[in-house]
Amino acid sequence: MAEPPIIELRGITKTFGEGAAAFQALKGVDLTVERGDFLAVMGPSGSGKSTTMNILGCLDQPSGGVFRFLGHEVQSLSKDQRSLLRRRYLGFVFQGFNLLSRTTAAENVELPLVYRGMGRAERHAAALKALDRVGLLPWANHTPAELSGGQQQRVAIARALVTDPEVLLADEPTGNLDSERSVEIMKFMAELNDQGITVLMVTHEPDMADYAKTVVHFKDGLVERIEQSERLALKQGASA
Amino acid sequence: MFGTSLMLAFREIRRHLMRSFLTTLGIIIGVSAVITMVTLGRGVTADIEEQISSLGSNMFFVFPIQGERGQFRPFDERDVDAVREQIAGVKSVAGQVDQNVTAIYNGQDWKTKVEGVSRAFMDARGIKLDQGRLFTDEEESAGANVCIIGPTVVEEMFGAADSPLGERMRLDNVSCQVIGVFASRGNVGGNGDDDNSVFMPLTNVQRRFTGNDNIGYMAVSYDAGYDNKAMIDALVDLLRERRVLLDGQANDFDIVDTAEINETVSNTVGTMTVMVAAIAAISLVVGGVGIMNIMLVSVTERTREIGIRLAIGALASEVRLQFLTEAVVLCCFGGLVGIVLGFVLSASLSAALGFPFVFDPFINVLSFVISALIGIVFGYFPARRASQLDPIEALRHE
Ligand SMILES: Nc1ncnc2c1ncn2[C@@H]1O[C@H](COP(=O)(O)OP(=O)(O)O)[C@@H](O)[C@H]1O
Ligand SMILES: [Mg+2]
Repeated sequence: MAEPPIIELRGITKTFGEGAAAFQALKGVDLTVERGDFLAVMGPSGSGKSTTMNILGCLDQPSGGVFRFLGHEVQSLSKDQRSLLRRRYLGFVFQGFNLLSRTTAAENVELPLVYRGMGRAERHAAALKALDRVGLLPWANHTPAELSGGQQQRVAIARALVTDPEVLLADEPTGNLDSERSVEIMKFMAELNDQGITVLMVTHEPDMADYAKTVVHFKDGLVERIEQSERLALKQGASA
Repeated sequence: MFGTSLMLAFREIRRHLMRSFLTTLGIIIGVSAVITMVTLGRGVTADIEEQISSLGSNMFFVFPIQGERGQFRPFDERDVDAVREQIAGVKSVAGQVDQNVTAIYNGQDWKTKVEGVSRAFMDARGIKLDQGRLFTDEEESAGANVCIIGPTVVEEMFGAADSPLGERMRLDNVSCQVIGVFASRGNVGGNGDDDNSVFMPLTNVQRRFTGNDNIGYMAVSYDAGYDNKAMIDALVDLLRERRVLLDGQANDFDIVDTAEINETVSNTVGTMTVMVAAIAAISLVVGGVGIMNIMLVSVTERTREIGIRLAIGALASEVRLQFLTEAVVLCCFGGLVGIVLGFVLSASLSAALGFPFVFDPFINVLSFVISALIGIVFGYFPARRASQLDPIEALRHE
């Protein structure tokens, strides 16, 4: 039997509010993500990209439809089970970095390991290793306020990858960065993808989407079309 | 997980040291007030108990009081004999009579009182000797001119230098030889200094000072095993009969039971201690509300942090534990400071007011446990609020 897709969305709907004020942000999203894919999610503002990412990240529940993660139906999981799923399988990178202020880079990276019950020394070693991977080892004892935006986002990436997640979810990770820093971040994402992590990333910028393998276009709460990225097309064209 | 929560709590408290201190001020004040009040109460009780025990334990004092028609009939030696012979359970009965006198020694005079007593009386009242000896049987029956003087008299008339033993002093016109000094018996309260007194054999005082064989009061000591209520009833019956009181006439004497005084005073002090401590405990509750208030502020301030923790997979229960631990640690910290402050306050107040300092481990442990409980009770609501935040909204906060 073939391995189930890592993520499967079938007819996902999401309605915010009730009655007259109700607003349907997602109108039946179908999406299948295979293990090892690098998805760029694009689309106009308000088209439901973040809402979809929140559902994929098990941070929010859909109003209708089926969401399977590794073959399991997420809707039937309890709140705690969804927390454990995030802890075990998912890594998050946010547009606003979302690091704990007044807490060093190393401690920020250690945070997910705390909830895995890892011992202090082991945790610290793992955090330093992750920081090294994003090239921030010398900055381990600096607080976010002492780091540039690009460095902060790299700390956030280190935090996401320290647990060896199956899936990395990134909602506009380069939205607050200049293009040079953005390219740096995208290179990391691509590298992580090469190492086997499935990456889902929301972005406005076609340049950034080029680092992905698959590009998903959203419009008005629906998936409009799915296509191979130009990079992949070029690469495949070259090898053909 | 708990260890981590503890570490986070300490870090958070260190981060806001001033705020944490001010937050726990209510707990600190509450705990130290409760401990001070209870400790002082214990000290007062111990002080009073000691004074009462200086009266002697398991004994009655029998006083004549004014009768219905205003007459005042003193007791005499025959009443003492009757009580000794006719009341079951009586160990000893001793009469006492006293009179104010001027003592003269070496050209100086000093106002004191002479007390006519016996060895039995000193034994019943638990009066010990500091120096010298007691009266002999012969001295008691003959009414010899010998005296046992109190510490105040020694101090005022003889000074610290020489021993007064063997010296002769004069009481009004009566000369007597000092054969002993009794140990300070503390102050039972009320009328003057109990150590400013000169004991002489009862018959001597009756003959040379008061001029009759009346006695001021009887000290009746009884065996601990006897039912003191039944003895009092028998004593009342006997004395009414001897004093020919008719049915319906009120007693012209009063019986005071030291056991009862003891109980009444302890109960009164105990009740007052509980009341004052209860008032002090209210500030503990106020302290708890302060903790709750600041914890709610903290949850709001740290909404984003909570969102991050939830997003990376913290369980609601883990977030709840974190904030609950913080509240409990704050309260325990306040409790500890309060205990130290309470110790210092009660020790120095006891010293200043002259009560013994009675350290009560129970109230200290109890205060600490109650501080921790306050942390749990008042920390629970903010902690639950933190754990129930929606991660998406929490991340969007600010
Ligand atoms: N919590 C919410 N309550 C009400 N409406 C919401 C909420 N979150 C998102 N929306 C609405 O849903 C739509 C999709 O939002 P979102 O998924 O954030 O879009 P984007 O593609 O820009 O990320 C928007 O119109 C937005 O206003
Ligand atoms: Mg968005």
